Amino acid sequence: MKPFTYQRAETTQDAVRGIKTPGAKFIAGSTNLLDLMKLQIEQPAHLVDISKLPLNKIEDTEEGGLRIGGLVTNTDLAANERIRKEYAVLSRALLAGASGQLRNKASTGGNFLQRTRCPYFYDTNQPCNKRKPGTGCSAIDGYSRSLGIVGVSNDCIATHPSDMAVAMRVLDAVIETTDSEGNTRSIPLEKFYVLPGSKPNVETVLKKDELITAVILPKPVGGTHIYRKVRDRASYAFALISVAAIIFEDGTGRVAMGGVASQPWRVKAADNQLPNGAKAVIAKLLENPKTTEDNKFKVTLAERVLDGVIKEARG
Amino acid sequence: MKLSNFLMMSRRNFLFATAASSAFIAISKFAKATTSTPDTHKTNTNTVKMTVNGKPQELTLDTRTTLLDALREHMDLTGTKKGCDHGQCGACTVIVNGRRINSCLSLALQHDGDEVTTIEGLGNPDNMHPMQAAFVKHDGYQCGYCTPGQICSAVATLDEIKQGIPSHVTEDLTAEQKVTNMEIRERMSGNICRCGAYSNMAEAISEVAGG
Amino acid sequence: MKFDTPATENPIDQQKVIGKSTDRIDGPLKTTGTAPYAYEHKDIPGNVAYGYIIGSAIPRGRIGGIDTLAAKTAPGVRAVVTYQNAGELDKGDFNTAKLLAGPDIQHYHQAVAVVVADTFEQARSAAELVDVKYIKDQGNYDLSKVKDSAVSPGKTNGQPADTSRGNFDEAFASAPVTLDETYTTPDQSHSMMEPHASIAAWDGDKLSLWTSNQMVEWGRGDVAKTLKISKDNVRLMSPYIGGGFGGKLFVRADAIMAALGAKAAGRPVKIALQRPLIMNNTTHRPATIQRIRIGADESGKITAIGHESWSGDLEGGGPETAVNQTRLLYAGENRMTSMRLAELHLPEGNAMRAPGEAPGLMALEIAIDEMAEKLNMDPVEFRVVNDTQVDPENPERPFSQRQLVKCLRDGAEKFGWNKRNAEPAQMRDGDWLVGMGVAAAIRGAPVQKSAARVRLETDGSVTVETDMTDIGTGSYTIIAQTAAEMMGLPLNMIKVKLGDSSFPVSSGSGGQWGANSSTAGVYAACVKLREKIADKLGYDKGTAEFSGGQIKADDKSAPLIQAVSDKPLEAEDAMEYGDLDKKYALQTFGGHFVEVGVNAYSGEIRIRRMLAMCAAGRILNPKSARSQVIGGMTMAAGAALMEHLAVDKKRGFFVNHDLAGYEVPVHADIPHQDVIFLDEADDKSSPMKAKGVGELGICGVSAAIANAIYNATGVRIRDYPITLDKLIQDMPVAI
Repeated sequence: MKPFTYQRAETTQDAVRGIKTPGAKFIAGSTNLLDLMKLQIEQPAHLVDISKLPLNKIEDTEEGGLRIGGLVTNTDLAANERIRKEYAVLSRALLAGASGQLRNKASTGGNFLQRTRCPYFYDTNQPCNKRKPGTGCSAIDGYSRSLGIVGVSNDCIATHPSDMAVAMRVLDAVIETTDSEGNTRSIPLEKFYVLPGSKPNVETVLKKDELITAVILPKPVGGTHIYRKVRDRASYAFALISVAAIIFEDGTGRVAMGGVASQPWRVKAADNQLPNGAKAVIAKLLENPKTTEDNKFKVTLAERVLDGVIKEARG
Repeated sequence: MKLSNFLMMSRRNFLFATAASSAFIAISKFAKATTSTPDTHKTNTNTVKMTVNGKPQELTLDTRTTLLDALREHMDLTGTKKGCDHGQCGACTVIVNGRRINSCLSLALQHDGDEVTTIEGLGNPDNMHPMQAAFVKHDGYQCGYCTPGQICSAVATLDEIKQGIPSHVTEDLTAEQKVTNMEIRERMSGNICRCGAYSNMAEAISEVAGG
Repeated sequence: MKFDTPATENPIDQQKVIGKSTDRIDGPLKTTGTAPYAYEHKDIPGNVAYGYIIGSAIPRGRIGGIDTLAAKTAPGVRAVVTYQNAGELDKGDFNTAKLLAGPDIQHYHQAVAVVVADTFEQARSAAELVDVKYIKDQGNYDLSKVKDSAVSPGKTNGQPADTSRGNFDEAFASAPVTLDETYTTPDQSHSMMEPHASIAAWDGDKLSLWTSNQMVEWGRGDVAKTLKISKDNVRLMSPYIGGGFGGKLFVRADAIMAALGAKAAGRPVKIALQRPLIMNNTTHRPATIQRIRIGADESGKITAIGHESWSGDLEGGGPETAVNQTRLLYAGENRMTSMRLAELHLPEGNAMRAPGEAPGLMALEIAIDEMAEKLNMDPVEFRVVNDTQVDPENPERPFSQRQLVKCLRDGAEKFGWNKRNAEPAQMRDGDWLVGMGVAAAIRGAPVQKSAARVRLETDGSVTVETDMTDIGTGSYTIIAQTAAEMMGLPLNMIKVKLGDSSFPVSSGSGGQWGANSSTAGVYAACVKLREKIADKLGYDKGTAEFSGGQIKADDKSAPLIQAVSDKPLEAEDAMEYGDLDKKYALQTFGGHFVEVGVNAYSGEIRIRRMLAMCAAGRILNPKSARSQVIGGMTMAAGAALMEHLAVDKKRGFFVNHDLAGYEVPVHADIPHQDVIFLDEADDKSSPMKAKGVGELGICGVSAAIANAIYNATGVRIRDYPITLDKLIQDMPVAI
């Protein structure tokens, strides 16, 4: 870990001012950033500690939805009464992620910004375009069982590891930010992530000085909420695939998938196929998958698991 | 080995490549950006105040020090263990402000004003915490290395259930939480025990929960 | 003391302390975090510096150059040691590859340097400044590709590479029912929770090493050999070990690099191998390809059984002895086994919990299940029919004790085996397909010479000193129980000191020999101490009894403390063994029963119930013995369902080299586990009449799980681990 200077931000203004320091990064829950700093995959020269900022509230919005502070912990978000009742898919997704210890520390904003768990990204001896652009992708012809099958490029097949973000995607969440100039903006989650293309090191539309202050959930849409995470180990493991679904009584609904792409994966045309069953949905959701020998099972798995989810929703 | 049969490389750059068509792939430290000179590597320190096991502590630390290393190397509290240093095993679990966390994935400086409880704060050999005593009674450990983390986690787990925090296996998110075997096992899953004492730990934790 | 005739009645048979379920005496220390592990010793002379190891970035080749200037001048750095300045080093007898690379690189993450600094943060940071130039060479990383180049490894730990009896080929060809299948097991990692760690301190030529090592005397020898110093100048201390499972049988880079770093820095140095380095830097259980052929007559009697195994290792390494159990487990007139070893350039393979039997039974016990199905026999019954009470290769040699049939029959009864539907994919519970599986277990019960020193202190307590280790096995407690039983004292009057090379040399912990061997050594020393006490107090040493803190004979008695009114009395002895293990096959046995659920949609596999019936001689402490077995069962669940070091066959290393990538079971994977020990005492094993259970628990369990998965789904997977991707291809779509 490279040396860095450290600043404890007392206010949001403090924080966004501090981020102008060369090489600065925000640190909140630290559950992924510190992990990567130990391996010198992340090398901030200055850390702005935002963990004690007052962005840890969950409040009702005028529209009937919720504003979730960027620093609300995963535990508190999952345990929130309204989340449990009206956005159960989010509560379920959070509880399927990581461990009790990590959920107590991990923040809502930070959860969106997790880096991939691709083993080659984590091994600094190996080529990785995400870690060091232009060096190549080791995963494509290496060990790729956990990696992506849609939205991938010839330069990167990494997946996004978050469970929370998959549920947020199906809930049409909007991310609110503020930058060092004090500008704020709202970014719908569907526009937040960037596909890897030839620049897999660029993962979101966030600017360097932009801080996630809150996440807005639109008012609840009802329906049956299901989050189904598939993994070899029964707990404390990243998803091979995961399905976040909201299914209404008439069989229509929404579906997003984790573990298949560099971002939570949702396709409008696939949502529309929900009344026609899993096969029809997957044909659209995972259209033209780009698989490896190691991860081609994910297509079959996705269809089977979604089939179970739809049946469960229908009761 | 013939010169034409290899590529020579370094962490920073390829020195020379004699056979571009060679089947051998060059490996280097791809994470390393530019050459760092020692003066950019000066050690930065900061001060932090926290309460550990009820005792106020004021420490001046290298900014890079994790809470785990602060406990082990600066406060002589080696009961908290380093198993992986990457949040993948749970051996470093401590309780901060009433919630369990992985102390390896937390900078010590982030804990200014926090209340930290480690295994040493729960009990000692002559005066064990009920969870420690139950682990001994049910043989809920073998090598003992993950044990302090397991016990801190178990104590916090029962508290989480009491507070009504749900888990992945909670059937009804809106109903009252119960202490079941499956709830204990799911909630304790962030603490790996390679010796495989899980079955016994579940019994120890159940006993404490029931008492 | 020599043990060369079967044991007769002795003080251990009283079982006042031995055989009683006993809380571990080290429990309060371990559960309160006060037991000091290798990295945590506080009584180190001098100001301890921190070492950080750099692992090779290539799997094979050589170092073209190392630039350490930037690292050496970084803040706090006291030394950087590489092969260029380490001085001449040898290789330990138990190591295959060198512990410090250079100029040759033998495997990925082989240590190439250690950086020593005032703080951990400084050492880690400076390590990134060491600039190593590598020249990469081609290597072989794919076992299936080099399989055909494999050769006979010769004898391995006394086991011949090839065995045969009768005429296997003929018998197999003429058998009415046959099976010929190939099974594969992957490379596996010990992944003990405590990383390999050491503190090294020099005093002139003398090295003190606090380390985490299962075998203190082997370790002392190999540290001395590697550093080219006299063994007398090495003291090794390993009182608490955070798990080993075979991964800490040998000296690793943490110890050697700490010693080299300490020498270079002129200060004590402590090092813990960083977790992401462990899987490629240290040893692992090698992958195997196993071909099993079985022929039987229509009644289900095996007439031919053949087991071949292929594995790979670095040059100079050995094979995974996966055919061991097939030589002994089932009857059959015509039989053969064969092991072949190929050269691979992955990190070195070596022993992991039940080397040989664990992967061997993973294959054999699926094959037996398949054979039973072909014969339309219940798999318990098929095993019973083919039981043998003599070594099938050498019928003159009986088993010392063999209650496999009872393990299977009692286990079946206890587990409710009769509820199993022999036809697969018939049982369902909601979204879960349910199946049951069984497997037999066999694991050798070797003994090793082991010594101890016992001292009756002036306060009437007894201190036991031996370099034996407790790796979670419960050695502290069973040694205390042994001394208490022998000396007629309560347990709390016994102090046990372990893991110090200044104590008498013990068996150490490995091969499930530790419990029986080390307590037998304590038994021998206690016999001597009893004689000394008797002499001192004027009792006949042949007939004196020790109980209630007294020595007794006829109608007189005296408190032991009378013998030490002036000074302590000390005795030291070792237990050595004759050839009883040649005359008799000394083995432990088990019957494992498992129920699994397989999700009808996803193919996810979850274990619902587990039962182990074990026959392993006298159980010294049922509480800690049971823990050993459930630990083995848990590791076997990992082997069956998730554990595999993923080989990058192009880049030559284990890719998933941390605890997030290499999944081992967590709490949620493991249900309540039942373990039942048959009441046994084996007079051929030692005066303790005990055997071992630490490795028995992992044997056969993975196959029982595999068989349960087959019973649940009708899909037979012969390639471990059994993961959902392999199942769902052939699993019917859920309705």
